Amino acid sequence: MDAIIRTEKLKYSYDSEDAGVLRLALDGVDLEIERGSFTAILGHNGSGKSTLARHFNGIFLPLEGAVLVDGMNTADEEKLYEIRRKIGMVFQNPDNQIVASVVDEDVAFAPENLGLPREEIIRRVDSSLASVGMEEFRGHAPHLLSGGQKQRVAIAGVLAMRPECIVLDEPTAMLDPKGREEVLSTVTQLRKEYGMTVVIITHHMSEAARADRVVVLAKGKIHLDGTPREVLTNVEGLSEVGLEAPPSVRLILALRERGAHIPEIPLNDEECAAALCRWLASGKEGE
Amino acid sequence: MLKDITLGQFFPGNSIVHRIDPRFKLILTGLFIAIVFCAKTVAGYALVLGLLLFIVLNSRISPRLIFKSLKAIVVFVVFTAVLNLFFTSSETPWFQWRFITIGPEGVIFAVKMVLRIVFLITGTSMLTYTTSPIMLTDAIEQLFSPLKKLKLPIHELAMMMSIALRFIPTLIEETDKIMSAQRSRGADFDSGNLIRRARSLIPLLIPLFVSAFRRADELATAMESRCYRGGEGRSKYKVMKSAPRDYIALGLFVLVLAAVIVLGYFGIGRFGI
Repeated sequence: MDAIIRTEKLKYSYDSEDAGVLRLALDGVDLEIERGSFTAILGHNGSGKSTLARHFNGIFLPLEGAVLVDGMNTADEEKLYEIRRKIGMVFQNPDNQIVASVVDEDVAFAPENLGLPREEIIRRVDSSLASVGMEEFRGHAPHLLSGGQKQRVAIAGVLAMRPECIVLDEPTAMLDPKGREEVLSTVTQLRKEYGMTVVIITHHMSEAARADRVVVLAKGKIHLDGTPREVLTNVEGLSEVGLEAPPSVRLILALRERGAHIPEIPLNDEECAAALCRWLASGKEGE
Repeated sequence: MLKDITLGQFFPGNSIVHRIDPRFKLILTGLFIAIVFCAKTVAGYALVLGLLLFIVLNSRISPRLIFKSLKAIVVFVVFTAVLNLFFTSSETPWFQWRFITIGPEGVIFAVKMVLRIVFLITGTSMLTYTTSPIMLTDAIEQLFSPLKKLKLPIHELAMMMSIALRFIPTLIEETDKIMSAQRSRGADFDSGNLIRRARSLIPLLIPLFVSAFRRADELATAMESRCYRGGEGRSKYKVMKSAPRDYIALGLFVLVLAAVIVLGYFGIGRFGI
């Protein structure tokens, strides 16, 4: 497997070492993120999921173990710049990651930092804004945009670095449902257009369902790891760590228990509606 | 209510004054201040007034706005006028009582001071009215970049200024939110004497500060994640280009400065009694 990010027995604690007891936020995480994959890291508050994300581009450095990005150790200070260029990071609060007072100037921030020639910066600003569908807002002030739009600007700002992988740390936590949908469809679009490696940190089942792989984190350890179908239908495994399977999964499983014959387990509402329709139709035929 | 505050107000437009290179505008503002202080005679003051009217008319900014900005300094202007009127010594006083003297010199001096303040405020606010804050900080960074050789952190200062400007609306919005939250729990911001009112701001300021620090921390992380490592090796997205009109404006200002100095030197059009 061609891993772009690999963590090896990663341990991290927010407590200082001389405090005596170390409460580990990450407790031996071994994880490989495959190039071109779409991974969701799912977990409750305090499960360590954001802490893990912040190791991917060297914001946090491991207490024990190592994080390798494309073979480069994040603990190697000389490689840090290169690592951050490869791994773009989008954070929860869009207000706190927009640097400039005009949308296009903010998108230009990263390429400016990279010291690119002006023509290249302009090209990247244009293409990044187009990728997130915000071209018409290029001259706007960010504080006048909606939450979803601001978060798209933040994504464009990261895309302008031309990263190989983009890590989104709960990008929809502060957004309304409309903004959430905007951001998620932007991510889906990026996957389609560039086949970019995406890691999304979330506690929403519906967001995790869109990924190719779901990793459930609990108490700093990997609890479950598999395809969305494997993980999200594992009702017991999820409830062990206080997570609830998506409503569609629970509904179908409850119906099955009562003797309904529904072959597939849907992960989202649309699939669920379709499955129920088929079941109802087949039931009528049977009568 | 807080949304009415527009610090360093900027009124977007496309007039010739708006389009002048912000670096030149900064220099021109400096020249204008020099002109105001060099004007000593009636003719000199008339020239300054003429220049100022020329700028204001060309900026297409409504004179109403400019009067509004002057209203804010009325108290200051009146105070200066009264002070100069009463305390300028005179050889031919009209009225004298202990240390208070009113004479023709005082009247002339008071008028001069008032005019000077009005000219200065109006002239310098034309800079902020017609230049976006970002352009202004960029211009400051470029103008002062030779000082980088003296190890002065010019890039850092400019970055701080532009981030501060970027966060003004965000923090105003947040202040409004905290005020509403505290009001809904019975806080009273609008009554009582000055001390009481100042005290009532504490439950507003503390959460605001806490949040500002958290924002700063998150912003720093986000900036580092986007490969920020100071001004070194940074390129520029927006480049300022000077045009012939910038040099013409500069020439005009230098000319007025020279004229004002000459008028003062020969005492042409001196303030008479």
